[in-house]
Amino acid sequence: MANIKDREFARHSRIMSVGVYRPKRVVPNSEIIAAIDSSDEWIKERSGIHSRRIAGDDESVISMSVAAAKSALERAGITAEQLGAVICATVTYPFQTPSAATDIALQLGAPKVPAFDISAACAGFCYGVGLASDMVRGASAEYVLLIGVEKLSDFTDPTDRGTAFIFADGAGAVIIGPSAEPGIGPTIWGSDATAREAIMMEPSWVDLRDPESLGWPDIKMQGQTVFRWAVYQMAPVALEALAAAGIAPEDLDAFIPHQANERIIDAMAKAMNLPERVAIARDIRTSGNTSAASIPLAMDALYQEGRIRSGDVALLIGFGAGLVYAAQVVQLP
Amino acid sequence: MALTHNEVLAGIREIVEEVAGVSPDQIEMDKSFTDDLDVDSLSMVEVVVAAEERFGVKIPDDEVTNMATVGDAVNFIVRAAS
Repeated sequence: MANIKDREFARHSRIMSVGVYRPKRVVPNSEIIAAIDSSDEWIKERSGIHSRRIAGDDESVISMSVAAAKSALERAGITAEQLGAVICATVTYPFQTPSAATDIALQLGAPKVPAFDISAACAGFCYGVGLASDMVRGASAEYVLLIGVEKLSDFTDPTDRGTAFIFADGAGAVIIGPSAEPGIGPTIWGSDATAREAIMMEPSWVDLRDPESLGWPDIKMQGQTVFRWAVYQMAPVALEALAAAGIAPEDLDAFIPHQANERIIDAMAKAMNLPERVAIARDIRTSGNTSAASIPLAMDALYQEGRIRSGDVALLIGFGAGLVYAAQVVQLP
Repeated sequence: MALTHNEVLAGIREIVEEVAGVSPDQIEMDKSFTDDLDVDSLSMVEVVVAAEERFGVKIPDDEVTNMATVGDAVNFIVRAAS
């Protein structure tokens, strides 16, 4: 019997850089409230959101991704030709096929690279970190470009009181590459598919053919169900990711959860009993909920605010439609 | 062990004070969580989860929507615990 030769893969992985793209237009609550018969105060109380970025016609899933990716590549000090894979986490690329990742790779000048999208909604970025890390450690790729991007404004009903003030647009990208020391801890991930109807796009694309259909597909959300799941099921997952990485809460520098709602972030931090010194990302206040893009955007914001620096240890957790979740501890680039 | 309405009301008062900062003397059976006590839908989830732990009952999401008043919650928990 012949022996199969495998690649050598005695190595670790790390996040080498982060780059973001924030849409140009800032939309304050005052522009949202008329359509949902609400107020600035009501939105702030329920979500912590003061304003969000909404992409214009000239800012697409692809253009935002390419801008974020270029910044991440530059900061990592590598070129697009060196990439071993492009992974795009999104639920708002408006084409069933081909993938957003292939167009991003093309625009970056790397049209030969393995490229694919993942559909894990607000957990997409952390799903991607886990996948990319394993690809690097398994030597299927030297450098992986991972993008979390959403143009949720294309799939949000501006009159839906449960979502109109929450969802927003943006892109974040990271380069994940090899490392002599562990830079990404074990990913704790899974799903709670029995609650998959808690966040749904409705109707389906096929239903759109029916003239009596409900109209354009929008993302609907059962707020209370999602809040309960996020706070009380996700806090233990986050703590499990910490334990799996061998990091004590006292040694954690930053907590960068998916920016779903500031109330969820507060309740999670309380349930986890995080020490005061941990920097908690609150980019939601000026970015809204950008699903797969929210964690890299929030990471970038923490750097801008001077609350984290390279080498710090951060806990990431993404959770969303599916319901799906993933968490890991990373060393910040 | 069966719980009395008064025991549950006392517990709800403590929980609502802790979650939403409402003074316990305002929390009566006929008060509406949203209209009278300013407990919004997300705080209501926190109240419900705390009540589940405290009274050892299960309160499903669709029941939460039916709990308009403090009395609705107290009655549900007394029934569920019996």
